[in-house]
Amino acid sequence: MTEPRTGARPAVPAGTPGPGLRAHPPAVSAARARAFGSWYYAEHVLRVMNSYRWTILASSVGTPVMYLFAMGVGLASLVDSSGAGTFGGVSYLAFLAPALLASAALMAATNEFTYPVMDGFKWRRVYYGPHASPLGTHQIVNGHILAVTLRLAVMSVIYFAIVALFGASPSPWGWAAVPVAVLSGLAFGVPLMAYAASLTEDKGQFALVMRFIATPLFLFSGTFFPLDTLPLLLRWIGWISPLWHGTELGRALTYGHAIPPGLAAVHLIFLIALTVLGWRLAQRTFARRLGG
Amino acid sequence: MPPNLTAEPVIAARALSKHYGDFAAVDGISFEVPAGEAFGLLGPNGAGKSTTMKMIGGVSQRTSGELSILGLDPEQHGPEVRAHLGVVPQQDNLDEELRVRDNLLVYGRYFGLPMSYLKPKADELLEFAQLTEKAGAKVDSLSGGMKRRLTIARSLINEPKILLLDEPTTGLDPQARHILWDRLFRLKESGVTLILTTHYMDEAEQLCDRLVVVDKGRIMAEGSPATLIREHSTREVLELRFGSERNTTVAADLEGIGERLETLPDRVLIYAADGEAALEQVSARGLHPITSLVRRSSLEDVFLRLTGRSLVD
Repeated sequence: MTEPRTGARPAVPAGTPGPGLRAHPPAVSAARARAFGSWYYAEHVLRVMNSYRWTILASSVGTPVMYLFAMGVGLASLVDSSGAGTFGGVSYLAFLAPALLASAALMAATNEFTYPVMDGFKWRRVYYGPHASPLGTHQIVNGHILAVTLRLAVMSVIYFAIVALFGASPSPWGWAAVPVAVLSGLAFGVPLMAYAASLTEDKGQFALVMRFIATPLFLFSGTFFPLDTLPLLLRWIGWISPLWHGTELGRALTYGHAIPPGLAAVHLIFLIALTVLGWRLAQRTFARRLGG
Repeated sequence: MPPNLTAEPVIAARALSKHYGDFAAVDGISFEVPAGEAFGLLGPNGAGKSTTMKMIGGVSQRTSGELSILGLDPEQHGPEVRAHLGVVPQQDNLDEELRVRDNLLVYGRYFGLPMSYLKPKADELLEFAQLTEKAGAKVDSLSGGMKRRLTIARSLINEPKILLLDEPTTGLDPQARHILWDRLFRLKESGVTLILTTHYMDEAEQLCDRLVVVDKGRIMAEGSPATLIREHSTREVLELRFGSERNTTVAADLEGIGERLETLPDRVLIYAADGEAALEQVSARGLHPITSLVRRSSLEDVFLRLTGRSLVD
């Protein structure tokens, strides 16, 4: 501010608008919040993410490079030499890439929809700030999901670019695996958000979710080998896993993995249904917790 | 144009109640607050003050009764009501992952305010909250008093005409409280309507034009601090300490001195128009307290009179 001051304290109390500086009327605030509130909250979450953007970027680049080298190049040299055919006639790297792409989104979504939600309600009570503003509780949920969706999109684009650099996406439709990966992340993460919102205390549930849900999904969703090579006893893990549905779709897109159109529709509907169900539940739980 | 004194009150509550199961947190309270007033809800923890504030703030649904903020029902018009308000919650909920100034910007966006307004406004508010040097600091590096001032600055980002303050200075040291009171007083002078809850009588006396004494979800009395003291207490109070063992036994010997006697575990209070004269009577009866103090009556005494309990236990 350039105006001259007479003492250490400002002469004008903050409630009085400075010259030319005037907030728009409350009615305008309310109308804008009703129309764009979800985006306003997304802006907040994105700003927080921006404060650790280098970590996000480094892991967005580092994770694919590491996995694609270790599995897709190192392990693949063994797998491919033992006679292909198992993997639909493509290299092991090509088989693996869409699965890794989707699972990276799923893992990131797991992080973004667990501890930050607990933080919002309990630790730093971040949700209670916007709750007192014109925003509605459903917009806090939407905003959080929107921001995470954008974050997943950014990391999936980077991931896919690296996959393409490895030559692991032969099909011209390969890029469409990006939105599928984001959707897979949401299909797991958004129901998890509803669950996280229902917890009043962290007794290590999130660590259990990571260890006993996210990790088994990662291992048994047809990620490293086709699901039908698993005994029937374990195959159901894949069927209920958003990761398997997302991976199958991704494979169809990146290398033309043959799946009947009806099944492709089932994959897509399953992912959308989980996301929508989680979204509705989260909205309800947020309203109950914040509304009190 | 002169101010319209008959204008509709900015806040009107009638038989407002909030029940949690069988428990009545707020049990049929009624009050009105005209524009520009500093209105207080004074009461102990659990009296229903915060619940009332949440209903006014449009974030908690009432069980029964009527409530209108600027003529709007906060349950029907939540965003419209909240757009008028600035809210300072009991517990700070700043985003500690953001820097001090960014907390203000992010909050202003909730009101759809453009950055061209928010950036200079944030600087102005940081100045007001004496946090200019901390603009780029992480929130978790701030002291409790600074966080409180930042929360107040944040509540002003939309230039609200009504400010809700839920125990604004609880947990702060005396110096930090005085800085805060000074800031709140400036807001009041600039015409902002203040609604505050507190269990500090000195805070209520300093800031409130009018207040209600609340206990167990009900209003026990209503008026300006001076009126309440005049109506429910004497001009002065004589505080005597005979040692925790003897206070109760001595009380019987003190009967008849002053207008009223109150025996607390650690001291005996004699309510009298003239405290010094009462002390002379005590000495005349051959009683010698360990310490004696004559002071003016405060809201604490009003509360004790009305509820039989102290405010801060």
